Amino acid sequence: MVSALPTTALAYDSVAEGTELPEIQTRVRRADLVRYSGASGDFNVIHWNERAARAAGLPDVIAHGMLTMAIAARIVTDWVRNPGAMVEYAVRFSRPVIVPDDEDGAELVVSARVAKKLPDHRVRVDIIVRCGADKVLSMARAVVVLP
Amino acid sequence: MPLDPAFIGRTYPAVEVYEVGREKIREFADAIGDPNPVYRDRGTARAAGHQDVIAPPTFPIVITARIGEQVIFDPELGLDYTKVVHGQQRFVVTRPVRAGDRLIGVLTVDNIQAAAGNDLISTRVDVSTEDGEPVVTAYSMLVARGTSGVATSDPSKA
Repeated sequence: MVSALPTTALAYDSVAEGTELPEIQTRVRRADLVRYSGASGDFNVIHWNERAARAAGLPDVIAHGMLTMAIAARIVTDWVRNPGAMVEYAVRFSRPVIVPDDEDGAELVVSARVAKKLPDHRVRVDIIVRCGADKVLSMARAVVVLP
Repeated sequence: MPLDPAFIGRTYPAVEVYEVGREKIREFADAIGDPNPVYRDRGTARAAGHQDVIAPPTFPIVITARIGEQVIFDPELGLDYTKVVHGQQRFVVTRPVRAGDRLIGVLTVDNIQAAAGNDLISTRVDVSTEDGEPVVTAYSMLVARGTSGVATSDPSKA
């Protein structure tokens, strides 16, 4: 059974295709990777051990793809003001987010736009996440259902 | 070595219940840097129409990745986990995961293929409550880089 529609100020009728969502900029540092490993249970060594990352053919430690996916979701959930509105969310991990062992870490820039208004009060939002010049997610799409 | 395609279509029944804890949701929300009170405060969650605090959209991976290990770490599959990266992820949500849920997941191997020298395995975990209410389905595609031993661009190295 689907729970009741979320009570949110953002209504389907107020949404226009092509609308750009407010951008998110955030930094991911080594400590964030350790914290995410603990919270998620994903202790793959390539996310915290340079030696293991290089042995696996990577230039350095990389962020969990799922951490990037989680950070990117917030551009949509902040916009609709109720994360329970998200009924579908899909990404391809196109490039790794390389996280150097320094104060700056890696900077992620998340942008998104309303791609299409669908039937049944659904809206598709397309998301882009960049780390420097790299597009680290591709085909990142969320579908929300709005009142 | 290519993965064994005999695994395609294989299903692994639910093995254990995962009980979703309020503090686990908070811990996860902290780890992804999302301060939304609907992940932390029951009153906020109820005002938004939920029975209890809900979990962030990607939280189900905490449950489904562990369930996926049944096939990923199966030695008969032949996957070299040291070469594995996450290729794709998709969630299709019936309702948000919330604190107090007692969830089970049924794992299915949707596809196995080799492409450009990589091994690709696609799995699906259908998550429901232990009473059978559908909650979310997680589709994952993992890539083992350079392990399939086929499709090198230089035939002399094949």
